Amino acid sequence: MGHRTPLYDTHVAANGKIVDFGGWDMPIHYGSQLEEHHQVRRDAGMFDVSHMTVVDVSGAGAEAYLRHLLANDVARIPVGKALYSGMLNENGGVIDDLIVYRRDNDFRLVVNCATREKDLDWLEKCAGGYAVDIHERPEMAMIAVQGPNAREKFAAAVSAAHAEAAADLKIFGFAEAGDWMIARTGYTGEDGVEVMLPNSQAVALWSALADAGVAVCGLGARDTLRLEAGMNLYGNDMDESISPLEANMGWTLVFNEREFIGRAALEKLQANGHAELVGLVMTDKGVLRAHQKVITDKGEGEITSGTFSPTLGFAVALARVPAGSSGDAKVEIRNKQCPVKLVRPPFVRNGKQVFKEI
Amino acid sequence: MSNIPAELRYASSHEWIRLEDDGTAYVGISEHAQEAMGDLVYVELPEVGVTFAAGDEAGVVESVKAASDIYSPVTGEVVAVNEALEDEPELVNRDPYGDGWLFQLKISDEAELENLLSANDYADTLEEDA
Repeated sequence: MGHRTPLYDTHVAANGKIVDFGGWDMPIHYGSQLEEHHQVRRDAGMFDVSHMTVVDVSGAGAEAYLRHLLANDVARIPVGKALYSGMLNENGGVIDDLIVYRRDNDFRLVVNCATREKDLDWLEKCAGGYAVDIHERPEMAMIAVQGPNAREKFAAAVSAAHAEAAADLKIFGFAEAGDWMIARTGYTGEDGVEVMLPNSQAVALWSALADAGVAVCGLGARDTLRLEAGMNLYGNDMDESISPLEANMGWTLVFNEREFIGRAALEKLQANGHAELVGLVMTDKGVLRAHQKVITDKGEGEITSGTFSPTLGFAVALARVPAGSSGDAKVEIRNKQCPVKLVRPPFVRNGKQVFKEI
Repeated sequence: MSNIPAELRYASSHEWIRLEDDGTAYVGISEHAQEAMGDLVYVELPEVGVTFAAGDEAGVVESVKAASDIYSPVTGEVVAVNEALEDEPELVNRDPYGDGWLFQLKISDEAELENLLSANDYADTLEEDA
């Protein structure tokens, strides 16, 4: 038996198909992954993401510490805003990707569950010399409500105070109301909120959202949605041997006056050139999958994540290919070479096809 | 426990086969197999006229999650494939023993069916796996 979130019994009662997910017993779908995917693109769906690791960083040195620890710069966000960043090793490889929230008196990090232990070790290891306290918050559950109607349905499901806190949030903004933190963030390419709240209140919120017409969605749909949205999955699209430059995360790097861990390695890589992560689309029949070989005009590469896109009706993938690759390419599927096009992700945003050919 | 019709024979790799009066047989995947795969999004079928030995790779079914090979349960020549699956692979999820059939074989030797599992034996293998 794996770890269980406070919603585990609720998932089982709703016929959730439970699978092991990074040591957690989580629902992959509740009957049809495709239907759940479409619910999020067309209306509103919710995901239990309580398996994710929440860590609070406080103390007088918290900002200086995080500016050194993270490749994106927390000095760029005010209180009430969140930031996406890689946490790198000295070689510039990605130890994890995370979201950091700047609160009134501290910072909150949400990191991946599968990397929890090494992340916590790294956070502690890098804290030497900084006046910081690092506290994991396992008592917090997290529910993502996503889709074009997600915010409206969320407002209808919660108390007036919580609805008001969420009402005027900007993208990547968040608000706290009582013991809830409500952020306008997500991993689907749709509008919506992610709510962190005490474990003891998770079932009540989940039920209220269901009553408000929010569809239950498993982690299977979460994966196809994030891939359509061109968002990376740690362990698939990047890991400790891959830098943000090679993972389409160049936009998260801030090279300013500060030193951050991995900076020197990244600058060297920038000078010497590096592979890049691009999108692939295949309009012929078939499905692109991780680890299939890609042959571009510049050489060989590999798919890091691939799937059938339920929104577009054909296969899409992220692939690491030689620098400067463009135009048409081939993917080897079961010894056949299948034509694909190189594109800039995302593939889908707010329900619409948005990719551009390279 | 998923539905396992008694009149069919099964391969341990989760294909079913149904013998018709004319000596041909339909092949598909079991309800258990389609459930385990999840929503199918693509089915690669063999070409009509191809001959398979028992156990040969005959096609691929792909769900949003994964790809899975399909093996011919017996020796025979492909006389028809279910072309409806090209546009509606979900037929396999909806009706695995009916509209979701994959291909039809002209069987070389009906005695080969005896090498396959009965519904009861197939049910036992599923229990062992569970």
